[in-house]
Amino acid sequence: MDASEQLKILGAIDAIPSFFEKIRKNDKVPLVAKSIDILQINVGRVCNLACRHCHVNAGPNRKESMSRPVLQKCLAVLEAFPISTIDITGGAPEMNPHFEWFVSEAARLKRRLIVRSNLTLLTQGPYRRLPKFFAENRVEVVTSLPDYLEGKSDRQRGAGVFHKVIEAMRELNRLGYGMEGSSLVLDIVHNPVGAYLPGSQAALAHEYRDRLLTGHDIRFNQLFCLTNLPIGRYLDYLLASGNFEDYLSTLCQSFNPIAVDNVMCRTTLSVGWDGSLYDCDFNQMLDLKVNHDAPDHIMDFDMQKLAHREIVINNHCYGCVAGAGSSCQGATTGV
Amino acid sequence: MSYYEPKDLADFPNIGEWAAEQGNTFFEYYGAATGAGKLTEREKSLIALTVAMTQNCPYCIDAYTTKCLSLGVSDEEMMEAAHVGAAMMAGVTLAHTTQMRKIIKKKEM
Repeated sequence: MDASEQLKILGAIDAIPSFFEKIRKNDKVPLVAKSIDILQINVGRVCNLACRHCHVNAGPNRKESMSRPVLQKCLAVLEAFPISTIDITGGAPEMNPHFEWFVSEAARLKRRLIVRSNLTLLTQGPYRRLPKFFAENRVEVVTSLPDYLEGKSDRQRGAGVFHKVIEAMRELNRLGYGMEGSSLVLDIVHNPVGAYLPGSQAALAHEYRDRLLTGHDIRFNQLFCLTNLPIGRYLDYLLASGNFEDYLSTLCQSFNPIAVDNVMCRTTLSVGWDGSLYDCDFNQMLDLKVNHDAPDHIMDFDMQKLAHREIVINNHCYGCVAGAGSSCQGATTGV
Repeated sequence: MSYYEPKDLADFPNIGEWAAEQGNTFFEYYGAATGAGKLTEREKSLIALTVAMTQNCPYCIDAYTTKCLSLGVSDEEMMEAAHVGAAMMAGVTLAHTTQMRKIIKKKEM
């Protein structure tokens, strides 16, 4: 399903008010950025996996990959402005041919440097050197492990994935990641394996910590609980399983006005593989570029216009403000 | 048509209608009793789910199955909890045969 078809489906829900109406009634319009603290760079949609919940629709058949000139411009923007976090995502960012060069250059800027890796590549061929490369460049590794049970996790990500992730996490632990006294950070992302919201982040973190340690001798730093947004392959799943309307109703009924104040788009700018700019990775997948007089391409970067831009919203935004709120770094309220 | 409609679960916050003070008191107690304490939220959610099934409340079964899923409780764990409930209900029934057996022994020649 392309972006316009998805937006049509998201816009055709009669049972709940539009997201715009909902935040207008809560006196939260216009929704405006506060600053750019995080530059999230999606370096491509090609991935070795094709997870069922993927909002990117990433997979081995995708071709989109960020070019060197766009990556260079990202570095130039980061050098010129005090953006505290560089967040590299994908697809599988490791599959971008310029990945290691970019990470090395980004590391020299001494910001918080995140790489979102599914970890399964790190156990294969030339990618085996990446755990040591990450450690040398003080990369904060964020990986997805939707459940601590192998069967449930693999139902979302594919057979055998859990086993490979555990193997890679053991190697990262061996290098110091996630270990007490080490500054090397390993975080895990939990996504519900189904049509429901994530539970309490603290409660889930406790379970993950206990089960991964006792079952696999694995340690990590933080657990980020992310709500699945009705985009991409996850939208396909909701429609095919007959859960779409109930799930959108759940998101609307769980609306948390405090989470609106803390949405990640207020402090994040997302860069697409071709250099287009978006308020977040979700807007990127729906082809909703930044708007309201702000430049929509990295080559035209203008901090004045972008740092306080009005955010482009649509009904998928309910996902980030439901319950405890959701962001690329987990719950946004009451954590 | 059923007497129960799934969408009515969303009406639960309004059960204090026409008795606001009692409704508010109930919700305060409910929140305190079901929130994490010496027992974790996970343990309490499993207890709540089991009670919901033994008491046949479809709203609570819906709400607490979803809550257990959201807290990472597995299918097998939930089913084990259901069997605890079933065993308790069977045991409660059988425990009351004590009274029946006492009456039989008294009244039967």
